[in-house]
Amino acid sequence: MGFVNKLLGREPRSKDIAKQRLQLVVVRDRHFLSPGVMQTIKGEIIQAISKHIEVDEENTKLTLSRSAGHHRLIADIPIQGRGRRA
Amino acid sequence: MAARVITITSGKGGVGKTTGVANIGVGLALEGKRVIVVDADIGLRNLDVVMGLENRIVYDVVDVVEGTCRLQQALIRDKRLPELHLLAAAQTHDKTAISPEQMVVLCDELRQHSDFVLIDSPAGIERGFQNAIAGADEAIIITTPEVAAVRDADRIVGLLEAHEKGSPRLIVNRIKPEMVKRGDMLATEDVIEILAIQLLGVIPEDENIIVSTNKGIPIALDGQTGAAVAFRNIARRVLGQDVPLLPISQQRRLLARMRHLVGRG
Repeated sequence: MGFVNKLLGREPRSKDIAKQRLQLVVVRDRHFLSPGVMQTIKGEIIQAISKHIEVDEENTKLTLSRSAGHHRLIADIPIQGRGRRA
Repeated sequence: MAARVITITSGKGGVGKTTGVANIGVGLALEGKRVIVVDADIGLRNLDVVMGLENRIVYDVVDVVEGTCRLQQALIRDKRLPELHLLAAAQTHDKTAISPEQMVVLCDELRQHSDFVLIDSPAGIERGFQNAIAGADEAIIITTPEVAAVRDADRIVGLLEAHEKGSPRLIVNRIKPEMVKRGDMLATEDVIEILAIQLLGVIPEDENIIVSTNKGIPIALDGQTGAAVAFRNIARRVLGQDVPLLPISQQRRLLARMRHLVGRG
């Protein structure tokens, strides 16, 4: 609905903003996903992936979002280095 | 048939718990049930004032629990209805004056004298809330269609489940249909989607509530406006009657969707 509004150049309705914000805040509350916990999760993901491939720690982002009816933890992990052709 | 002890709670303050308890209590009494409404907001007594019974308080819930008086001495009969009684909160103590264990004992005694015990929970999640839910069989959550209230209500859903009080039912209070239509207010279906609990009723914003509280006459007693009818309908649903929601925007579609959302087919 927010997408349609954006497409038509309309301002999103305030209740849609409220709903999106509520959905995210409620998931954080339910899973106790404080910023501290998110940092810990991010650190552990970077650690695990770094075993196999070099990643850009500083620019790695972990976010909570909602799409297609599901809450999602999205890890955006830039790959570092050029690797090596086998 | 065993009495039912129902706690009305919310998390957030000011969303309409006390008004809800008073009016649902009236609604149940109008259906011929014996009702005791209990103000569990010790130190900040309000149910008495909303019901217009503030001049009749001699003993309160702390007096009963401490054995200063018998229960019958503390129960205030609402003269407008044969079977509606109030057990008032103490005003000179605070929430630590009673323990959850004492509330369980009290509720068991109240069951002997009623069909329904409605407990007005204080706001918050601390001792007052713990006291209010201790003796409850079931819970009703009241929220308004606003971000802070819904967030708090979600927390309460979690706490109630953790205390094994089952899945609460929801009342959405102070809905303004015009604002919902304009997209400036969350619709009932939005709130249900987030909280994912069963809807018990929707109360429209109604200025007459303020007038009725001014006079100390719960609106459900003889009011004919939106909120009055909504409260009486909620009481009937509590009794298991199938009462359709008032025609506020998409209420009929909502009822069908709601059943689907909570897996009732």
